[in-house]
Amino acid sequence: MRQKGIEIYTDNPEEEFAVSGHRACQGCAEILAVRLALKIFGKNTILVMATGCMEIISTPLPTTTWTLPWIHVAFENAAAVASGIEGALKILMEKNKIPREDIRVVAIAGDGGTSDIGLQALSGALERGHKFTYICLDNEAYMNTGIQRSSATPYGASTTTSPPGKKSIGQATWKKDMPKIAVAHNIPYVATACPSYPFDLFSKVKKARMADGPSYLHILSVCPTGWRIPTDLAIEYGKLAVRTGVFPLYEVENGQYKITHSPEPLKPIKEYIKGQGRFRHLNDDQIAKIQGRVTKEWDNLKSRCELK
Amino acid sequence: MKKGIEVSIAASIAAKLARVEAIAAYPITPQTHIVEHLAEIVANGELDAVYINVESEHSAMSACCGSSATGARTFTSTSAQGLELMHEILFIASGMRFPIVMATVNRALSSPLSIWGDHSDVMAARDTGWIMLFCENGQEVVDMIIMAFRIAEDRGVLLPVMVNLDGFSLSHVIEPIELPSQMMVDKFLPPYSPLYTLHPNKPVTMGAYAMPELYTEAKYAQEMAIINSKEIIKNVMDEFGKQFGRQYKPVETYNTENADFVFVALGSIGENIKTAIDELKGEGKNAGLVQLRLFRPFPSEELFSVLKDKKRVAVIERVMPAGAPNGPLFQEISSVMCTNSLLMHMENYIVGLGGRDVLPESFIDIFNGTACEKSTVPIRDKNFKVIGVRG
Repeated sequence: MRQKGIEIYTDNPEEEFAVSGHRACQGCAEILAVRLALKIFGKNTILVMATGCMEIISTPLPTTTWTLPWIHVAFENAAAVASGIEGALKILMEKNKIPREDIRVVAIAGDGGTSDIGLQALSGALERGHKFTYICLDNEAYMNTGIQRSSATPYGASTTTSPPGKKSIGQATWKKDMPKIAVAHNIPYVATACPSYPFDLFSKVKKARMADGPSYLHILSVCPTGWRIPTDLAIEYGKLAVRTGVFPLYEVENGQYKITHSPEPLKPIKEYIKGQGRFRHLNDDQIAKIQGRVTKEWDNLKSRCELK
Repeated sequence: MKKGIEVSIAASIAAKLARVEAIAAYPITPQTHIVEHLAEIVANGELDAVYINVESEHSAMSACCGSSATGARTFTSTSAQGLELMHEILFIASGMRFPIVMATVNRALSSPLSIWGDHSDVMAARDTGWIMLFCENGQEVVDMIIMAFRIAEDRGVLLPVMVNLDGFSLSHVIEPIELPSQMMVDKFLPPYSPLYTLHPNKPVTMGAYAMPELYTEAKYAQEMAIINSKEIIKNVMDEFGKQFGRQYKPVETYNTENADFVFVALGSIGENIKTAIDELKGEGKNAGLVQLRLFRPFPSEELFSVLKDKKRVAVIERVMPAGAPNGPLFQEISSVMCTNSLLMHMENYIVGLGGRDVLPESFIDIFNGTACEKSTVPIRDKNFKVIGVRG
């Protein structure tokens, strides 16, 4: 179905760059997000990956999932490694040591590798203006190490390090607003996306690919294992996150905010929260508190879009 | 022709002469003059290189991994806390076999905060899989940096190399140094020709993880590479000697042949020890000095052949062993002796911590066995002596 404001791809690239034999969990929306994004980035791409789910499921020696040049160095430094690659490509092309081509460097990390331990390296790379794209695959916790909370874990969620109990609601702080932090670096392109909305994702990857400078994509990647949902519902929960306003789809081009898919009227967040094991313990008052916050943030986002 | 030049500036010129293509660095005292001057060289268009002003040493080493993986000849420099912040990535750079060269301007570690020279930083990084060279003077810094790239990029090595120079007492000193011509360096050091690079034309996966079935084998292969690098290092040093007229060896000796007593030391302190040796000689006493130009891979064989028939060995170190029975260099040498079933009289002295001046007199006192009479409070389980501690 055609949605207003979203570019439709009738010629989806058939080539795959995240290919065979990866070990992602059943129903993983993260590997789907990477697969879709890489189709648009295309062949002339160098991938840098932080330690995390995607790295672990894709490269047990001597095998690899990737048909693109791919490098993993450590957990917190994907953006810094990408800086070195981008710099090296530039100088080697200048010196005619390699052909002059439009090669995009793409750094990929999870929400922990981005919003916690990798934040400094990311900020440095964005500030320096390297021509690269940073993708945060946000599954809202440290899923690979056993579902521990990150600063991107939503308020109220149960994780193994933020368990609910007599004196705890679970995760006690609100999700860190990473896209806003990226926007604060005044980079050409920032967007949120979700593989439940593949055409929206394609369109944003295309813009990120073309940006003349750093671009940042924040992709909500539903994790059935960590969210305690059935494995066939990852796409559904991605849609619900968008339709309830929990995860709005928007982009910021040169500072200009634009909502790319308006879900108004928003569905009540209860529809999103119910059925997710990580929120099972929440009572109505607590859900109402979350609803208040989501509504307020949605209104804030709308007001930023109206400032044009 | 020699000219008076600050050693840090000479180090940056050596990197320029090596035609480095990527530099990622974060400033830290006393490394700053090296990166500042390199930034100027790049800014003035005297060197075709990308200079990445990273936001930390952790990112400096990470960016160096990225640029080296892409095929650019890569250089950086750091000191002390910076080296510690890089620590994690040091292992990865060597494990991924990136021929990065780093000038490490040795400095004391916090706390207490000290910007001055000692070997606390490099000793904490000694098992990171890097080849480690130590310089006694500015000429060696220049020569070692140029040799370091030849060693690092040799297909039989492919390991990162750290060129150590003492903070301030070497880095900030103006010395007469002979800077080789670009033509000579070009002849000695061919352009970097990487084995694998990150490029879409030939996609490779770098930095994959190993299951328990493979990790040991991968680490063993890496160990063989650093052990086997010693012969290549010697060859590079020989070739450098032939071409530039300055011959280096992994283990250098001074007046050791006639001496029953020898000092073993690393870095610029060797010059003070040599002065002490000369003074002792004037009094008709014979002492020798063994200096390790190469610290990793540890030149066990070469060291053993010098030390094996000595009566007394005094190992001089610039790091506090922190609960160990002796300092790291002493432990390594005694381990070499033990594996060769040789028990000998060895003493361990800790000197010059946090930039404390060490005068030749201290070494004369060590020779005479009077170095610690006044200051050392006996502590059980500790064999080393710290020179010059005030009560």
